[in-house]
Amino acid sequence: MTTVIEVEGVSKKFKIHHERHQSLKERLLHPRSGTTEVFDALQSINFTVGEGETLGIVGHNGSGKSTLLKCICGVLKPTTGEIRLRGNLAALLELGAGFQTELSGRDNVYLYGAMLGLSRKAVDGIFDDVVAFSEIGQFIDTQVKFYSSGMYVRLAFAVAVNVDPDILVVDEVLSVGDERFQAKCVDRIMRFQQEGRTILLVTHNADQVRALCDRAIVLDRGEMIADGPTRDSLRIFREHLLADAVEHDPSHLLGTVHIESVSTPSGSFEVKSGAGLHLDVSVVSQTAYSGNFVMELFTHNGLLVSRSDAQGAPVNLLPGHNHVAVDLGQIPLLDGVYNLNVGIVDPRGHNVIAWSERAATIQVTYDGREGGIVELGATIRQQ
Amino acid sequence: MSDAPLAGQRSRSLEDTPVRVVSARVSLTTRLGNVWSRRELLLGLIISDIRIKYKNSTLGLFWSMVAPAFTLGVYFLVFNVFLKNGYPNFVIYLFSGLIVWNMFQSSIITATGVIVDRAALVKKVSFPREILALSNVGAAVVYFFAQLLVLVIVVGALGHAPAWKFMLILPISFISLCLLTSALGIVLSAINVYLRDMRHLIEVFLQLWFYMTPIVYSYEHAIAPHLQIRGITWVYFLNPLTLIVVTFQRVFYVNTIVHSTVAPHPIIDVLPTWSFDRFLILNALLLGVALVAFFIAEAIFGRLEGEFESEL
Ligand SMILES: Nc1ncnc2c1ncn2[C@@H]1O[C@H](COP(=O)(O)OP(=O)(O)OP(=O)(O)O)[C@@H](O)[C@H]1O
Ligand SMILES: [Mg+2]
Repeated sequence: MTTVIEVEGVSKKFKIHHERHQSLKERLLHPRSGTTEVFDALQSINFTVGEGETLGIVGHNGSGKSTLLKCICGVLKPTTGEIRLRGNLAALLELGAGFQTELSGRDNVYLYGAMLGLSRKAVDGIFDDVVAFSEIGQFIDTQVKFYSSGMYVRLAFAVAVNVDPDILVVDEVLSVGDERFQAKCVDRIMRFQQEGRTILLVTHNADQVRALCDRAIVLDRGEMIADGPTRDSLRIFREHLLADAVEHDPSHLLGTVHIESVSTPSGSFEVKSGAGLHLDVSVVSQTAYSGNFVMELFTHNGLLVSRSDAQGAPVNLLPGHNHVAVDLGQIPLLDGVYNLNVGIVDPRGHNVIAWSERAATIQVTYDGREGGIVELGATIRQQ
Repeated sequence: MSDAPLAGQRSRSLEDTPVRVVSARVSLTTRLGNVWSRRELLLGLIISDIRIKYKNSTLGLFWSMVAPAFTLGVYFLVFNVFLKNGYPNFVIYLFSGLIVWNMFQSSIITATGVIVDRAALVKKVSFPREILALSNVGAAVVYFFAQLLVLVIVVGALGHAPAWKFMLILPISFISLCLLTSALGIVLSAINVYLRDMRHLIEVFLQLWFYMTPIVYSYEHAIAPHLQIRGITWVYFLNPLTLIVVTFQRVFYVNTIVHSTVAPHPIIDVLPTWSFDRFLILNALLLGVALVAFFIAEAIFGRLEGEFESEL
């Protein structure tokens, strides 16, 4: 596999000016005012991305995801280190493309195409596809300042995916369009994957990362704390968030509850499709606490099958060992390996108190004729 | 997508595509190469610049002529009619200097603010930032040619023959003008990011500069005698626009010595009586200076560009 992106020892320092005067007059009047602080937004980041890989970048707000993408696109220059790229790159950084709002959508498509390195002729060639994909319709000749924010992003996305990039860089834009457009974007990204293009994706939607990325890296305050298969990276990220939350926890609840294990009476997690499964979750708590119990089931390639909770009935934990029973009455799933996450959240569902990612792996066996994830039991006959 | 072709492996292989490097330091030659490789974008920006300026007017370029025509009229009234400077065909003299000045002034004023105005773009798309300032110069070049066309028509209508031979020097002069304007525009666009009142400062400074350039008066007539006594005529040519303006005047106004239209019709030395060779050599020298200025401007821009992110 050819290496397409190589990030080597990249650090980025920002100078942050406090009370800095931005005019000559003010600087002459207050020559010594204002202090400057150096902020490390990225600290010696190293990773490589091979041709055809889809890399997710996750991290909490301000962890440096957008900064990293901007360095890769060349909008920012790294303070130290180097980034080597092969092939042409199309990027959609945080909300849109810097369109000229005074110009029509049409003029902006040409201009943005030129920004991405296309000739006028080449833009002529893709113009109809861009308009079709964006579904802007007759608004294409309206000035962009009259566009809604969704239309704006749709047009930008449409150009970026139609310029035939070798590398596509997407920063949180997927979350702007309406649901149907989002689905369309995800579709297009999947097609890019099949075509063997390289994709970098930043999103706060963990389900999207699971569904689209082969690999993910986790950034935390400018440092890379994980680089590996999406599942592992997301687990590290969640655990990290939890650890982080413990530090900022006013009620000192976090860390007092711990999910110890998940077991079945037989000790086996193999189950026949249609049969039931009884799970015994053992929870250790230091205090008495009543919260909501949550479980998630994923397919092995990261598709969420179901997320359910105790339906409003809280689980009352006592100090010491507690057992929570989870009964899966009839599992309508088809053949496959499914991952189970369990956790306890506060009654309003705002804070995660305890979480166990991949607490168990369930193997479902099925010998019917249906394909996919779930057995619908459809009957088909001729009338 | 229903109409999408069946997805499959793309034929294009990245194995042998060249590697691009993003790092902190970029050499001057790389910078210039980057600008050159994005000339298509420059063209696109120039077109959009002109479009935006005349978005809501059907007459388009026509409006780029109205303001200059008005200025021309005012200066003509003031210096030729009221102050009676006595230059015959003063319109041609004035116009040949003004087209140079207009190109310089409008480029500098727009370029100074361009990076701050287009901050949204600068923060989102990667391209050589100096192209923004260059696009303002490019738009001004388009207006320059529109005005040049009008000048040619005026010259023809007045039955005035230009100095054909000297016209060979005009392209050299014009390229120097473009390079010098770009150099100053590029540097000011970057400085304005740090000192936001540069824009107002430059407008004031340009007024002074205008009167230091022999456009509404004659260098040979009004300035040269005073400097010659002290042997420092070169001082006036430290303003690079002087030579360019004088060259344009030499080509279109032609006459170096004229009889005043005002009684008692004294003789006026309007333009230097230099030979063709002297004009050529001076302009060639200026071109060299302009090239160096452009490289220096690029280098300065490269330095200042690094900190845009914390100022925009
Ligand atoms: N131009 C700048 N000048 C100074 N500091 C900056 C600049 N750009 C970003 N930062 C800082 O760098 C840090 C990382 O910002 P970045 O935008 O990369 O975060 P992010 O991971 O994309 O966050 P989010 O999830 O909110 O998009 C932030 O603390 C931010 O304040
Ligand atoms: Mg961001």
